[in-house]
Amino acid sequence: MTSQDANFERAAPKAHRKMPAEVNILLVLLGIALVFEVLGWIFQGQSFLGNFGRLKIMILQVSVIGIIAVGVTQVIISGGIDLSSGSVVGAVAMVSMSFAQSSEYARAVYPSLTDMPVIVPVAIGLLCGAAAGFVNGWLIAYTKIPPFIATLGMMVTARGFAKWYTKGQPISFPTESYAALGQGMMPVFIFLIVAAIFHVAMKYTRYGKFTYAIGANAQAARVSGINVEKHLVKLYIVAATLAALAGIVVAARGQTAQAGMGTMYELDAIAMAVIGGTSLTGGRGSIIGTSIGMVIFGVIISGFTFLRLDAYYQEMIKGVIIVVAVIVDTYRQQKRGKKS
Amino acid sequence: MLDGQGANARGVFEGEFILEVDNVRKEFPGVVALDDVQLKIRPGSVHALMGENGAGKSTLMKIIAGVYNPDRGEVRFAGRKLDIRTPLDALNSGIAMIHQELNLMNTMTVAENIWIGREPKNGLGLINHGEMARMTQALFDDLNIRLDPAGMVGDLTVAQKQMVEIAKAVSFHSDVLIMDEPTSAITETEVEHLFRIIRDLRAKGVGIVYITHKMNELFEIADELTVFRDGKYIATVDAKDVTRDDIIKMMVGREITDMFPKVDCPIGETILEVKNLTLDGVFEDVSFTLRRGEILGVAGLVGSGRSNVAEAIFGVVPASSGQILVDGKSVQVTAPSVAMSLGMGFLTEDRKETGCFLNLDCIENIQVALLSSGRVDNRGFVNQREVNRLAEEYSAKLRVKTPNLAETVANLSGGNQQKLLIARWLLTEPRILILDEPTRGIDVGAKSEIHRLITQLAGQGVAVLMISSELPEVLGMSDRIMVMHEGHVSGFLDRAEADQVRVMELAAK
Repeated sequence: MTSQDANFERAAPKAHRKMPAEVNILLVLLGIALVFEVLGWIFQGQSFLGNFGRLKIMILQVSVIGIIAVGVTQVIISGGIDLSSGSVVGAVAMVSMSFAQSSEYARAVYPSLTDMPVIVPVAIGLLCGAAAGFVNGWLIAYTKIPPFIATLGMMVTARGFAKWYTKGQPISFPTESYAALGQGMMPVFIFLIVAAIFHVAMKYTRYGKFTYAIGANAQAARVSGINVEKHLVKLYIVAATLAALAGIVVAARGQTAQAGMGTMYELDAIAMAVIGGTSLTGGRGSIIGTSIGMVIFGVIISGFTFLRLDAYYQEMIKGVIIVVAVIVDTYRQQKRGKKS
Repeated sequence: MLDGQGANARGVFEGEFILEVDNVRKEFPGVVALDDVQLKIRPGSVHALMGENGAGKSTLMKIIAGVYNPDRGEVRFAGRKLDIRTPLDALNSGIAMIHQELNLMNTMTVAENIWIGREPKNGLGLINHGEMARMTQALFDDLNIRLDPAGMVGDLTVAQKQMVEIAKAVSFHSDVLIMDEPTSAITETEVEHLFRIIRDLRAKGVGIVYITHKMNELFEIADELTVFRDGKYIATVDAKDVTRDDIIKMMVGREITDMFPKVDCPIGETILEVKNLTLDGVFEDVSFTLRRGEILGVAGLVGSGRSNVAEAIFGVVPASSGQILVDGKSVQVTAPSVAMSLGMGFLTEDRKETGCFLNLDCIENIQVALLSSGRVDNRGFVNQREVNRLAEEYSAKLRVKTPNLAETVANLSGGNQQKLLIARWLLTEPRILILDEPTRGIDVGAKSEIHRLITQLAGQGVAVLMISSELPEVLGMSDRIMVMHEGHVSGFLDRAEADQVRVMELAAK
């Protein structure tokens, strides 16, 4: 603005930004970590945060689901939901592994297709994911069935496919280069790359802006010239392709693929997004928020393990955390609405 | 709570005012919404509450209805201090309210909507549907409303829904009835009907608070009026003692001399031609031309198909047959994105449903059409600095009142939301601008600003198609007027020959 008009009403409103919502979530993370630190000294006589080995394992554990959560976050921001990611993980783990087997193994699924370069099983896996996502997106955008139902259908179907693929037999013995995708800190690196790409996409591109707009008001988005249907298809393809990537990493990490892999991952991924401030009613959320949500998720699980809490309790507490996160989100929305 | 008192205060009550608001103050973070305001309602009178958007009318109504608690001051009802915490308390105390937005459940019947929470029960404690239907019918007979009590609310037109809301409010037999812009979605005939109901209630001793932006309504119905400006109480006067200009002066603090600042501007070549456009069962055989620099007003009753024609031209719901020509070339507008690539912009009728992204901020609301037009696109990346600059420029030009453009749009007043939506389309530099009810629910000041802007755009050669339910607006702004009646074009009127009577003749036939 060139001149500062004395009259408030005439002064041009500035486009300045408020404090990002992620700061709050980061504070929650710090708070939870500190609680475990204190409890650690009280009950275990040692530091929780001081043990880098434990933190490394924790990050490694959540990164795979974090890859899924990056996609699921985008779908939720658009006002949808994706329940099929866990099953896509299982199905893609199977398919991708079947093209990644080493010739040293005598009973490969495709004996003539062993020792393939790593790009082949990865590409096939990602394509399978994209296909599942296309079906999800197409159903939601053009038959107008609710995302919950469309992806629930895919969840059951993809799981069934994973079991049918080898009639329930696990697939093992991948090539070394394929197995390398899951070794060491590789899953964390893959997560970081994926998160960085989609953070930029959500924040600085039309793809991201349209996603928020559709989630906030799909009708208004359509009247504003956005091809809502096409965009929804894109979003579900992205989500399922990221789930497929997670499936490849899971299989590579375990050096085996089983039809049951990824069970319940979809719910953990949704939980990470919600804990990270993604609103289930659409229009709000961010990849950074989800990434922090992922770490919170990891800290809680790893913290309970550290305190030697029974695994059954852990699962129950996980459920409570998800509900609490949604209550907090709902409360925030009400506060926002009250101001009007 | 004032149990028992409320529903029967009439007759028992002897005081001068049935509802008194005294020195009420309400602050929100950063704004003083109400600064020691007062409002005094006599029983058996219609009291108009006037003020620009953001003057604090709605905030006060929410305090009376128990949605907010005031920081200071009190609300007295029939001489006793009210302690209202929920809308239900308000109803039990004898205060009913008709909100600006409809609050009906579309998937339930008319009768169920009216009696929800108060359903008549039979001996077993189950809902007595027969009795409920009879009660509804009796209520409708009393109010002269012709609607089927068993019909689904979702199947009704907006105007009919509004009548259901009114019937529901009346059914509480309250001593005070608050109406927040009850005529913003209904047509002249229904307004007449509503006024008969209001006069009837007044004769029965009900105190009515009537919030409106429409001057002619005010003089027709109101006994007294109170004006607020920027959260402050300005004055209470007898309606017969003031003129329209006096009120406007009180509301805006300055004089607005020309309400419809239409200036003649050169009209150029035909840019949009519509031939025999038909959407089965909705409108039929609509033909007209629109030229550069021309403002074509579209009048007609609600439900006459005006908005549907606009939606068809913009590709929201494409027509089933007929032809649209832009620059003389036949085009297939299958989606809004296609219309935009042809240079069209479309301000929709319903701000909340198809306009605003209420949860997003101002920038995000303004930029969306520009982004989808692809004009500021850099290989998919958004040049946010440039977009912000444009958004700032246009919101300054339109005088959008907001602390900053990062404010969530839900927190802005209706008039400011409308300005943002207009800015959204101006950013795309449309050649054809379709405006559906551009000033609905907007205060006088903002209204005349928007009118001035529309004229300016026409002066720059933009072709404007303006749909409006407000006859003075159509008459004041248009070069030509197209009148629609039940899905057909019933006639065209030139600016010179058009007047209220002629338009209504064509609209109502």
